[in-house]
Amino acid sequence: MNTPTFGFDTLQIHAGARPDPATGARQTPIYQTTAYVFRDADHAAALFNLQEVGYIYSRLTNPTVAVLQERVATLEGGAGAVCCSSGHAAQIMALFPLMRPGDNVVVSTRLYGGSITQFSQTIKRFGWSASFVDFDDIDAVKAAVDEDTKAIFCESISNPGGYLTDIPAVAEVANAAGIPLIVDNTLASPYLCKPIEMGATLVVHSLTKYLTGNGTVTGGVVVDSGNFDWSASDKFPSLSQPEPAYHGLKFHETFGNLAFTFHGIAIGLRDLGMTLNPQAAHYTLMGIETLSLRMQRHVENAEKVAAWLEADPRVDYVTYAGLPSSNYATRKAAIYPKGAGALFTFAVKGGYAACVKLVDNVEIFSHVANLGDTRSLIIHSASTTHRQLNPEQQEAAGAGANVVRLSIGIEDVDDLIRDLDQALAAATS
Amino acid sequence: MFNQNYSDTYLRGILTSTKTIAAVGVSTNPIRPSYFVARYLSLKHYRVLPVNPAYTGQNLFGEGILPALKDIPGEMRVDMVDIFRRSDQVLPIVEEAIDLLLPRGLRTIWMQIGVINQDAARLAESAGLNVVMNRCPKIEHQRLFGELRKAGFNTGIISSKL
Repeated sequence: MNTPTFGFDTLQIHAGARPDPATGARQTPIYQTTAYVFRDADHAAALFNLQEVGYIYSRLTNPTVAVLQERVATLEGGAGAVCCSSGHAAQIMALFPLMRPGDNVVVSTRLYGGSITQFSQTIKRFGWSASFVDFDDIDAVKAAVDEDTKAIFCESISNPGGYLTDIPAVAEVANAAGIPLIVDNTLASPYLCKPIEMGATLVVHSLTKYLTGNGTVTGGVVVDSGNFDWSASDKFPSLSQPEPAYHGLKFHETFGNLAFTFHGIAIGLRDLGMTLNPQAAHYTLMGIETLSLRMQRHVENAEKVAAWLEADPRVDYVTYAGLPSSNYATRKAAIYPKGAGALFTFAVKGGYAACVKLVDNVEIFSHVANLGDTRSLIIHSASTTHRQLNPEQQEAAGAGANVVRLSIGIEDVDDLIRDLDQALAAATS
Repeated sequence: MFNQNYSDTYLRGILTSTKTIAAVGVSTNPIRPSYFVARYLSLKHYRVLPVNPAYTGQNLFGEGILPALKDIPGEMRVDMVDIFRRSDQVLPIVEEAIDLLLPRGLRTIWMQIGVINQDAARLAESAGLNVVMNRCPKIEHQRLFGELRKAGFNTGIISSKL
C-alpha cells in the first residue's frame, strides 16, 4: 500500500506544519531566535558536518521558515525548497550552484523588467551572462544554448502579462541539452501551474505576490524537483565534485535528490546570506492557507475585467491570455486550464498621456509597483517597473508606452469595472 | 512482484523495530556517503556493526570493523543488513546473511541508493525478510521522524497529532 496523497486545498493548509511539539500550539509559532542550543559536542559536530539535520543559526535554517519551505516544496511537487529574502534573491540562489565565471543562461525576453536588468546587467559582475530569446521560437531557444549554457530561464505566466510560456516545449530543449529549466512561477502560483510536472528542474517564486497575497512582506523561494542528475556531466561541479568548504564532500553523491536544497542552505544561505526572516515566513504561511480560493477569485475577476475592457471603445487592445481572442487561447487551454492569472496590460487610446491620466484618476485601484495583492493594483510599466529598459526591450517585454498594467484583486468585480470606467472617462475626455 | 514504492508505514515499521545493523561496505573516510549513514545511525542509537575487509581491525564509532558477516560474534543478534556495494555484488552477501543471521533475528535486507538486485530481493523475500532497495535508511529516518522537515524538505507527512 502506498502512502495516501492529499489534495491541493489540504496541502496548502497542512503541508510542513504540525502542532508545536513544545506547547501544542496549533498555528505555526514564529520562532524569533538567532541560535539554537546543541545537545552536546557530538550533536554540534554532526550538524556542522551535515551528517545530521537540525537548527544551528537562523541564517541557515529556522523552524518557522522551514514550515514555509516544506509547504511550497509540497505544493510545487518538489523534493525541497530554500526560502530567501526576495524573489530577486531566489533567482541568484537558483543560478549560484549552477554557474561559474564564463557561463551563461538562456533567458526569455518576456520577463519582469527587474529580472531583465538583473540578467542583462548585474550578473555580469559575477562573470555570468544571459542570452535573451523569444521563447515562442523554440528553434531559437535551442540555437542559443552553447557549451557554456548552464540553465534556461523563463516565467510561466509572464509579467506584465498576456504571455504564457510553453513550458513542456522549453523543458524538452533543456532536457536534450542536459541542463536544468528554471521557471519563475510567481504569477501563476502552484495553483494555476505546476512547472515541475511539465519538466522543469527548478521553480522560483517571489513569495511577496500571490503566495503571501496581502502585500505585507518580501520573500523568495527556490524549489528543487529532485529530478536532475547533477553528476551526469561535468557541467555542474558545485554539486557533483568535491566541495572544498566541506572537506571534499560531494553534494550529489552524498545527498542524492536532496543535494540542490542542501547546497542552497549549506553554501548559498551560509555565504550569500539572503535569508528570509521568520516574521516574513509567518505572514506568507497565513497567506498560503487561502491560496486556491484567492486564485479562483483573482482569475474570475480578471476574466470579467479583461472582457469588459476589450469591448470598450476607449481601449485599443487587451493582452490578457485568458481572453478567447488571445493568441495564446489554445496554449492556455492545454497548459493553464485553471486560468491565465490576474495580471495583464491594456492599451489606452491616447497613448502615454492618457495612461498617466488614467493611473491618476482611479480610486479603488492602487497605484503601486507590486502585483498579486488582494487589492487591485495599477501601474504604467513604461514609466516605472520597466523604466530601466530601452523602448525595444519595453516592447519585447509587453510594456510599451501606451499600455497600463493591472493586477486584478479579489474585490467585487462590478466595483472594479466602475472604477476603471470613470478613470477612462477622465483620461480620454 | 517486487515493488519500490514502499509505504511510510512499512519503512517506519522497519526503522522502529531495528536495533542492530550490519553495515556492509562501510567506509572510514568521513566524507563518503556510507560513513555519513553509519555515523547518523549510530547517533540515533542504532548499534552499527561495520563490515569491510579493507579496514579490518580499525574502529568505527566504537565498534571494531569486521571483514565479513561471518565474523560477527555468534551470540549477537542482527536485525538488519545494510548494503553499500555494487548491485552485482549483492547476491552472495544476501545469501550469507540468510544463512548466518536469519536464526539470529534478521528481519530486513536494505540496499542503498543505486543498489538494486532483483534476484537478491526475491531470495530475501522468500526467506520472509523485509526488503528495501535503492533507498537510504538515513534519509528515510530523517524524513519519517521529522528531521528533514527542519531543512524544508517535502516529507509527505500530514498530521495534526502532537
